[in-house]
Parts: sequence; structure tokens; C-alpha cells
Amino acid sequence: MTAARDQILARIRAANAARAAGDTPRAGDTPRAGDTARATGDADSAYAALPRDYRRAHHDPASTDIVELFAGRAADYRAVVERVPSGAVAAAVARILQARAPDTDGVPRFVVPGGLPPEWLAEVPDGVELAGDDPPLSSAELDRVAGVVTGCAVAIAETGTIILDHGPAQGRRALTLVPDFHLVVVRAGQVAADLADAFARLDPARPHTLISGPSATSDIELIRVEGVHGPRNLHILLADTGASS
Amino acid sequence: MTAAGARRGRPAAGGQGPHGSMPTYLGMPAFPEAARAALADSQLRRNLAHATHTIREKRARAVAELDDWERLRQAAKAIKDHTLAHLGTYLLRLEENVTRAGGHVHWARDAAEANAVVARLARGAGADTVVKVKSMATQETGLNEALAAAGVTAIETDLAELIVQLGHDLPSHILVPAIHRNRAEIREIFRREMPDAPAGLTDDPPRLTAAARTHLRQAFLSAKAGISGANFAIADTGSLVVVESEGNGRMCVTLPETLISVVGVEKVLPSWRDLEVFLALLPRSSTAERMNPYTSVWTGVTPGDGPREFHLVLVDNGRTDTLADPVGRQALRCIRCSACLNVCPVYERAGGHAYGSPYPGPIGAILSPQLRGIADPVDASLPFASSLCGACYEVCPVAINIPEVLVHLRARVADGKRKKIISSERAVFQASGWVLRSPWRLRAAQRAGAAGRRLAGRSGRIRRLPPPLSGWTDTRDAPAPPPESFRAWWARTRGGASRGRGNGQDGGS
Repeated sequence: MTAARDQILARIRAANAARAAGDTPRAGDTPRAGDTARATGDADSAYAALPRDYRRAHHDPASTDIVELFAGRAADYRAVVERVPSGAVAAAVARILQARAPDTDGVPRFVVPGGLPPEWLAEVPDGVELAGDDPPLSSAELDRVAGVVTGCAVAIAETGTIILDHGPAQGRRALTLVPDFHLVVVRAGQVAADLADAFARLDPARPHTLISGPSATSDIELIRVEGVHGPRNLHILLADTGASS
Repeated sequence: MTAAGARRGRPAAGGQGPHGSMPTYLGMPAFPEAARAALADSQLRRNLAHATHTIREKRARAVAELDDWERLRQAAKAIKDHTLAHLGTYLLRLEENVTRAGGHVHWARDAAEANAVVARLARGAGADTVVKVKSMATQETGLNEALAAAGVTAIETDLAELIVQLGHDLPSHILVPAIHRNRAEIREIFRREMPDAPAGLTDDPPRLTAAARTHLRQAFLSAKAGISGANFAIADTGSLVVVESEGNGRMCVTLPETLISVVGVEKVLPSWRDLEVFLALLPRSSTAERMNPYTSVWTGVTPGDGPREFHLVLVDNGRTDTLADPVGRQALRCIRCSACLNVCPVYERAGGHAYGSPYPGPIGAILSPQLRGIADPVDASLPFASSLCGACYEVCPVAINIPEVLVHLRARVADGKRKKIISSERAVFQASGWVLRSPWRLRAAQRAGAAGRRLAGRSGRIRRLPPPLSGWTDTRDAPAPPPESFRAWWARTRGGASRGRGNGQDGGS
């Protein structure tokens, strides 16, 4: 294994050295002492100087309602999007979960991850069961629930994307994957204008899932079909704090 | 071989480059013969024309939405070129950060080595069945066949890959491997090969999709090991990125206890922040969406969430040879979006199988001969599978000058044939490079060319040039040069502006 690693790195060095020198590569080239440190420093300063004159955002948050842009863009990919005042989230969650009941056998059961604000669930009626994930549900159990309710980490207005970092209120990745219905509450303040701002807000050490509409395929004649393996129904509740703050 | 026969060929160990290996499709004729057979398959041509035209227009709209597209494209090109120039540094950084996050990194010089590592890891995980995310790298190494030989069944979970696998077929497109199949053919494959296909399955795409969902559900929930590729590997964080639509990718990278990702060394990006560029370019170029439905990003292992074991297999398989070619190395910028396939007039008519490789279309014509070498007649014919119209270059989100690499590889192929025949082709390509590099040489050549019109018959085609140029027309017609070049016409009329002032000398055809 080390042999493979060393040989691949030597070939890369030879190919790049030849290019720099306008020379033919010599696979047997050995690195000189200090080469690694110098190469690292060179790479970092050259990287910092790369041209990046593209737009940080394609819609200016100063002149565009980016929350409205997010709502429209998410809806373009057939997510159901509702914009509600933050005080009305509980009522909306209750109504949306209740409406899923006819699609399920018996009492509809929804998974709620740890850290979900309890006030979001305050008005869930008796006919709807809520299940935690502690101890963790098996994949087979997740396959039988009616859906999952989560928050998110960040949303991207330009592309209508929600991003989960699977921290508090979002649950481990399987929770928002195996069930067929996903209700996600997005706070207006979580909406970033574009990709650059969104990625700057994330912690790369965490796992992330970017979600833009329900699962889809275009594999048959390039015709888009919604609903393959991920949740076939994505419902976004956009909680507006703008009115109060 | 008939087109149908070619479509049912199986990958087998084939032409090998100095360091790379990739199965050529067994019994695959070189491009001209394979293309001739494919051209006779009218169903194939209808399926392809329909699909590529649909996606072409959508892509154009998605790209037009961003008024800084060209700047994003140049930034992506610069990031990729920079990464390739410091590839060793970034791979070591990636290795360090993946390891720090609890992952294991393996290195593989060629396909056989990569396959052996994966087979050993899968067996070590106690998996007799693995679920797979669509991955070009594992298509390239022929992993499924190698796993089967090691007693491990690989289940393709991308809908199009599943259609290809169940149909005992070969992929013909990077993004949509079953693009050559229409809905009626897919229904037949499902009815024949899918034991749990619902009775009365119609050819309605949503119903076909639902059948695939049901068919794969249990495999996802019970698989011990998942296998993926990666679209990007981030050096400064050790993060892997898989871009997909269906959720099968999320299933494979999340549910099994062991995850093995097979990734070409050129997939590394320096920094997390580079995703703001590449995730703007890839979905719009590939599926013509502002963003694909799902993107999974993971860094090593996360306790209590997803696989407990993560292995990254970094694969060379001809990439370092490609890196050593000053012109050809730009092919390593490729992010596998497939935009070049969708706009290519040759791909649209010949289909993906004629390219004899998992990488079809314009990018395949420059990638396969570099990864595998040009010893095999299939690979040697690929640089010629193009009209050099340049549409591929125009849509490429990382600005790979495919026509330039094609011409360069043609010269290399012709160089290789030099000893056998007096190669006028080689001379033509070397001379055309020399002419195109200088505006005044081009002007002079075009004037001289116009004089060659008298060689053409009534068809306007030159079937036979005098020696030594007959080497060119042995295998192709040459169009008669126009009486006046565009440049000369422009210089004379300023784009036709002078026409209204009574200049009656515009060249007729």
C-alpha cells in the first residue's frame, strides 16, 4: 500500500516538475529535503491569489426579499412551501401532520429529533403520535413512520435549497432520509442569499445534506419524476420573524 | 457486429496504457465501425435525439440565469489547474484530514489494485452484497465484475444504472447511463428481470420509478457496505461530496455500517470554499437545475450518525500519465457533468456505446485514450470521433478545450503510425497547428485553399486529393474550400455592412 502511495506521489511530482521545467518527466525523481514544506507554502500562496471575480450573491439582499426568493425557488422544485408568522408555526405543524393521517394505516407516527423547539409541537392533536430517536430507531422502524419534523442549519435563496448539518433539531441523517414525508421549519434568519454565504456559515467537520425539493430522477427519457428513494414529499414551513423584529 | 450486439457486449480486461487500465467493451470495434452500426439503429437515434435536445435547451436556460457564468467558469478552471499543479500537496493534505476525522485512506495505482482493495474491505465488513451509488470511477475500474469474482454482489441503485445492470447492458452516457433506452424498453427489462415488479406495470415513468423504489428498499435497509465515488474531495477539511438526485446516494453513504469511496486523484479540491464555485456550475451543466435535489457531504465518521467505518480509495489508473501531457492534462479538470455529450452532433448520432468506454462523447474521446493509452485500435480511433465543431468547449463548465486536445491526440496517434505508413495525417495536424497559431499564416493558407476548389466535383466534396494529401482523403471526404474565407469576407465587407452600399461582389456558394 505504501508502495502505491509513494509511486503515485512520485509520478505526480515528475509530471509537474517536467511541466515546470518544460522537460520530459523522470519517474525516478526523488524529492529533496524541504520540498514538502516549500510545496505546501507555494500552494497556499498561489491558491490565495486565484481569480474569484464571480458574484458572491446573484440577488442583492439589500434590494431583494431573499426569503421570498427562497420560497419561490423551493416551490419551483415542487416542495410545498408555506410562509407563516413565527407565532403560527405550532398551528401550521399541527394542521400539516393531521393532513397526512389519511395516508397512513392506524395512528400516524412522526419522528421528532432531539433539540426540536417544543413550542413547534405544542398544538399537535391527540390523533397524531410523536416518537423520539433516543434510543435510535432501527432503519426498519424508520421505514414505517409517517414522516419526520425537523429544523435546518441554513437555507439558500438562489437555489431553493435547505441544508441540514444534522445537529440539534435535525437528527442523524437517516431520520430525514428513510421516511417518505419531511416537514422542515426554516427560520427567516437562516436564509442565506447564495452559495458563498451559505457555505461560510457551515462547520465542515459536521455531516451535511443539501436538499432542493423532493427526491427526483430524470433517468427515463430525461423526464423529471419526483419521488424516488428519499422523501417523496417535502413540506417547508418558512417561519417569518421579520414582522415582529 | 450489429449495434444490438455491441450494446450487449460485456466489459473485459482490454487495452492498457503504461499505468492505467480500464476495460474496453469486449469485441468493440473501433469508433468508425461501431458508429456505422449505431447509425443504422433508428430507435437508438430517436431516443438520443429526443433526450439530448430536451436537456440542451434546459441547460442553456439554467446557465443564462447567472450573468457571471463565464467568471465562475474561469474561477473553476483556475482552481482545477492550480490543484493539478500542486496535486501531491493537496492529496497529502486530504489524506491527513480524512485520517484525522476517523477515516482510512488507501492508494491504488491501477484498476486491479483499486478493485482488490475494495473487495478486501467489503469482505472484511462481512458483506456478500453491497449497494452502490453511480460512480464513473468504479465503472472505469470494472469494479462490479471484480467484486463478483470475489463472491460479492454489487447492486447498482441509481435508476439508470439499475436499468443498465438489469438489462445486461452497458452505460452510454455519463449522467444518464440508460439514455439509449426508452420507456417501453425499460418496462420490458423490469418485467423480465425484476422479480418483484408489480403486475400490470405500464411504461409510465412515475410507475417505472416507483417499481425501482420498492425493488431497492430492502437492499438499502439491510446492506452492510455501501460503495460510492465522489464528485469532490476537500483537502483542507477531509470532506467528501456526492451530488445526486434520487436519494439512492444518501442511502448508500448513510445506512450501511461501512462506506467505501473510490475516487480519482484529480477529484481533490483545495478548500471548502471552492464548493461555492463547483456547486454553482455542476448542477446547471449536468441536469440543468439550479441545484440537484440531494448533495451529501461527510467528513470521516460521525459517532451515532451514518457509517462506523469509512474508507477512501484514491485511484491513479492513468491519471498521472495524463498529468504528464502538457496539452492533454486539462482533461483532468473534468467534473463529469456530461454537458459536452448533450451538445455533440457526433454523440447524438452515434450514441455512447460506439466510444467503447464508460466515458463516451467528446470528453471520452480525450479521456479514454489518455487513461488507457493509444495501443488499442478503439482508443486510437477515439480522437477522430469528432467534427471539431467546438460546441463541447463552449459548454464545458471548466473550460476544457476539447478540440485542442483532440487535435493533439490525433497527432500522437499519427506519430505512432509513422513507421507503418507515410503519414500525411500527421503532417496535416502538425501543419494545421502551425497555421492556426498565426493570423497571417491562416490568411495565406485560406487564400491558397480557395484555389483548391477546382478539385471538387459537383457535390462540392473532394473525394480524392493528390499525393501526399491522399492519405487524408483515404478515410474521409474533404469539403471544397469556400471561394473566400470568412476572415477575408469580413475584412472586405465588415460583416455585410457594405452590402447596402452596392457592393455586388459577395461570393456566391
